[in-house]
Amino acid sequence: MNTRLSDEELSRLWTQCFNCHENLPSRELENNLMVCPKCGYHFRINAEKRIEQLCDSFVEIDAQLSPTDPLDFTDTEPYLKRQKDAEKKSGLKDAIVCGIADILGQKTALAVMDFTYLGGSMGSVVGEKITRLIETAIDAHLPVVIVCSSGGARMQEGTFSLMQMVKTGAALARLHEAGLLFVSVLSEPTFGGVTASFGMLGDIIIAEEGARVGFAGRRVIEQTIRQKLPADFQTASYLLQYGQVDMVLPRHEITPQLAQVIRLHRQSSGLNPIDDRLPAVAVH
Amino acid sequence: MAKAAKPDKEPENEKTPVVITPLDFEKPIIAMEEKIEELVRMSIESGVDVADDIAPLRRQAEEIRGKLYQSLKPAQKLQIARHPQRPNFLELVQMMSPTVWVEMHGDRSGSDDRAIIGGIIELPKTGPVMVVGTQKGRSMKENLVHNFGMAHPEGYRKALRLFQHAEKFKMPILTLVDTPGAYPGIAGEEHGIGQAIAFNIRELARLKTPIISVVTGEGASGGALGIGVANRIYMLEHSLYTVISPEGCASILWRSAEFAAKAAEALKITADDLLSFGMIDGIIKEPQGGAHYEPSEMALSMLDIIDPAFQEMKDRSGQELTEQRYEKFRKIGAYLELVPQA
Repeated sequence: MNTRLSDEELSRLWTQCFNCHENLPSRELENNLMVCPKCGYHFRINAEKRIEQLCDSFVEIDAQLSPTDPLDFTDTEPYLKRQKDAEKKSGLKDAIVCGIADILGQKTALAVMDFTYLGGSMGSVVGEKITRLIETAIDAHLPVVIVCSSGGARMQEGTFSLMQMVKTGAALARLHEAGLLFVSVLSEPTFGGVTASFGMLGDIIIAEEGARVGFAGRRVIEQTIRQKLPADFQTASYLLQYGQVDMVLPRHEITPQLAQVIRLHRQSSGLNPIDDRLPAVAVH
Repeated sequence: MAKAAKPDKEPENEKTPVVITPLDFEKPIIAMEEKIEELVRMSIESGVDVADDIAPLRRQAEEIRGKLYQSLKPAQKLQIARHPQRPNFLELVQMMSPTVWVEMHGDRSGSDDRAIIGGIIELPKTGPVMVVGTQKGRSMKENLVHNFGMAHPEGYRKALRLFQHAEKFKMPILTLVDTPGAYPGIAGEEHGIGQAIAFNIRELARLKTPIISVVTGEGASGGALGIGVANRIYMLEHSLYTVISPEGCASILWRSAEFAAKAAEALKITADDLLSFGMIDGIIKEPQGGAHYEPSEMALSMLDIIDPAFQEMKDRSGQELTEQRYEKFRKIGAYLELVPQA
């Protein structure tokens, strides 16, 4: 029959839930912020979609930064090839998008990591872009929000990656001293060097429902201690139980909560955004 | 004020000659040296003088040994850095400050992690210094106490308490790093190992007191950074600084830990690499073959670098020090920036 849709077209219309295996109309799923309306499973989303969900407006900054290959690194494939493949897959030059956002009326310095690009790993570009964003925020009295999604430091950049943990952490020390708010949003998954730097440094830490967050990966821990870990180990609710995060929120509650905490802290600290100190591109 | 009298004897390892366990790549040269000694013994027994033949052999052996240690591969340096007889934190501290050691225990929140140890020492020129470091054990029993130098969050929080103590009394801070990484376990995750390391990084960045960090063995991953943010960073000649253990890297990227030597090469983790990247301030030369051959010589070489370095920072203001520390890490990164057309 020539009226039948191809498999490709069908899969564009329907998405199967990874968790409950229900076939969901893709549009319905999208309208529900990529959360399964049947079981509540949170699909992993890329930076573009996250920004769309969080912001009323968003002006990207430092988009021109792209990675190099400081170690001339090759494992089973050259790092440069991995970069090209990742760029093709994600449409991004590296694993993060930074900019000045409007979140329900609150002007915010926002960084969103993208797991599609080499597992959201932090190399020099991620570290540099986050640091610049924080420095901009300090200058213009903006709060900072970072949405994490990362396997950790990027091995292919070796100690260059490792030291980004200090670079970003030191920038957050300055933000802290400036009395500005930093909210860290931990989304599925956040691990390693990202957890052990800006990920866990939020004045407020929000874990998205269903996110797994930790320092060491589950497999590494199992191999080290030679025992099976509980099923809910390192899940958002597990972290909440152990006092590691302030709250666990379903996706649709994140935007209003961000706007609320930003407003409350801005009001209390009296630090309001200084528009003429924003990067030129971000001034409307 | 009069300083505490030094003991008559430096605590050098004079007691019993320490037998060094050779590493596999040292075995050929050791076999050669043993042959030479055997020749000497035989000549004494038989009364035949072979001194003229022996001397050049000895020179040759020495030359080979010298070359061997100058052309070590990263995987071989890794073996030296992990040598079970490598001087550990407490030994180095004792040799650098033989008379003063005021250990400060505990995180004041219910725990005293023995993987990270700290306290006050006295250096000849600088005076009182807060020293904090990861401790590896010498025996299996000791290693169980110190958890092979792999700290839990409580260890990093104890370290932070000591850093803040140093800040209060304007005491310079010295950290000695030798860790395979923070311990990957259940309690560590539950008690926030990521948060503990991150918080130390942030707080170390804010301190106004001078900080020197020396990587004495393995400087692995975030576990090293939790005590590694400093105004000056030095590495011992055969020590390593790496984002992940070569074994861990190999098992992820090559899907087998057997490629660890390859990973060690690719990750560029030697002191020379880090110096060429501008990430460290200097390399402290080790006794031939590694620190474990002459631990006291090692400790004195460290003192020769550390003590003057603190002197140089002595007159800098707290603000200058935090700014210099910020810039030190701020400039690390390799990226391309295409300037957008105006």
